Amino acid sequence: MAQSKIETFEYSADHPEILTVNMGPSHPATHGVLRVVLKLDGETVVQAVPHLGYLHRGMEKIAENRTYLQFIPYTDRMDYLSPLAANVGFCLAVEELLGIRVPPRGEFLRILCAELARIGSHLVWLGTHALDLGAATMFFHTFKDREWHYDLVEDLTGARLTTSFTRVGGAAHDATPDWLSRLDEFVRAFPARVDEYESLLTKNTIWVDRTQNVGVISAKDAIAQGLTGPRLRSTGVAYDVRKARPYLGYEKFEFDVPVGSAGDVYDSYLVRMEEMRQSTRILRQAIDNMPDGPVNVDDPKIFLPAKKKVLTSMEELIHQFMIVTEGFECPAGEVYHATEVPKGELGFYIVSTGGKCPYRLRIRSSAFNNLSALARMSEGELVADVVAIIGSLDPVMGEVDR
Amino acid sequence: MAEGSEAIGRMRASFPDAVLGEGEFRGQCWAVVKAERLLEVAKWLRDDPANAYDVLLDVTAVHWPEEPLPMHVVIHLHSRERNDRLRLKVPTGDTGPVPSLTGLWSSADWNERECFDMFGIVFEGHPDLRRILMPDDYTEFPLRKELPLFRG
Repeated sequence: MAQSKIETFEYSADHPEILTVNMGPSHPATHGVLRVVLKLDGETVVQAVPHLGYLHRGMEKIAENRTYLQFIPYTDRMDYLSPLAANVGFCLAVEELLGIRVPPRGEFLRILCAELARIGSHLVWLGTHALDLGAATMFFHTFKDREWHYDLVEDLTGARLTTSFTRVGGAAHDATPDWLSRLDEFVRAFPARVDEYESLLTKNTIWVDRTQNVGVISAKDAIAQGLTGPRLRSTGVAYDVRKARPYLGYEKFEFDVPVGSAGDVYDSYLVRMEEMRQSTRILRQAIDNMPDGPVNVDDPKIFLPAKKKVLTSMEELIHQFMIVTEGFECPAGEVYHATEVPKGELGFYIVSTGGKCPYRLRIRSSAFNNLSALARMSEGELVADVVAIIGSLDPVMGEVDR
Repeated sequence: MAEGSEAIGRMRASFPDAVLGEGEFRGQCWAVVKAERLLEVAKWLRDDPANAYDVLLDVTAVHWPEEPLPMHVVIHLHSRERNDRLRLKVPTGDTGPVPSLTGLWSSADWNERECFDMFGIVFEGHPDLRRILMPDDYTEFPLRKELPLFRG
């Protein structure tokens, strides 16, 4: 194990050449409260020990004291680059616990949300990752497009970041035809933008030098380390929850799972670029084949009534009041439900003893498990490469935190 | 066929005295495994080609203060080859001990540290068992049921 060597490399008379350097928590490339204690021999990393920082917001503890609906806003704040994806993942887990499934249009709407979230998250990743490595132009391009993406998210959900869009049993509301046509415009134009990003970086000598053969991890190590998402696929393992264990009817969509071969930073970049194209492909199919009908389950015990009805019917008003103040009952049992979010597998393990709050809610976050490979990837690399490796793992500390 | 049920059947045949119980909910199965036998069962689950659970997805725990063994360590395994998932539950005392799985899957390292940090369960044989999310001088274990959400 990497960490067990800590004592060996403390500064001592035996190792006068080893220098300890703190990278972060205020280093721009550590993306939040991450601090990496590096032991350096010249410019070579002998050992890297990540410290996750004291962000601790007590998500899992809070979940035990909130009803299922009340927890949805907390999922926005986990991976704040793709709140929609976490909204979808959490609601799917609760629905599995309840044993219900949203109507077809609701599933399509959620697929739109999840894939939009993937594009948005990869856009920020690409801009900041390139910025970390000195390619500032990229940042301006991707943030301009993210603005476009955020406008779409805002028009759908009413918020740019804290979307809280899905509900247990459906979504806050349906997408309007106008919004769908604007999304269609985005989907038409976006692949050309990805080509443009690629023309700036993929064959750029400096970019290739900074990323190829950097932070190499073998497929075997990546699996043992619990990596998921693009960083796992960069090693050549074609594991994607959407393909392996389809949810929301992903099995009916045509898309490819891009894989790399070298398992280095460059391949993880290529995988994410291709993923953005595949996401637009899924969006295209979802827009074209969007079924008619309701987006919500027809169960007044679980789902909030439409606002119009609340204002005109006493019975619906009572339903709304009961669901908001008291929540709904879930059966006793336990489920683990996983979704493929931009960073990998996001799993919710819910233990219910019956009643309105989960007895225990466990969040298996991809960022936490991906970041655990940092030490293994960094050792033997140059100190400047640690920046590239952190970027390739795409950690969001809000999701690492619990 | 419910997920994980075949593996649990094989586990009962190979380790009759290590499996304390099993259960199923919404097509997901779990087996309750004795803490002292966990290591050999886990090694068999990983290495036996019929099981091939090569990914350790998650290690966490659930606190049941009323039970004689209040801490239940919950382990989620995934087999890529068979596309199957299995949940193991390991009941243990207030502070463990539970054998560490770091020797079998390196992903156990951080997950067990987090479990120790939140519940105070000691994982025997873990190379670096210290707090991961909370400050080093913090004395309590936040996810235990006796710790209230607010202390006014």
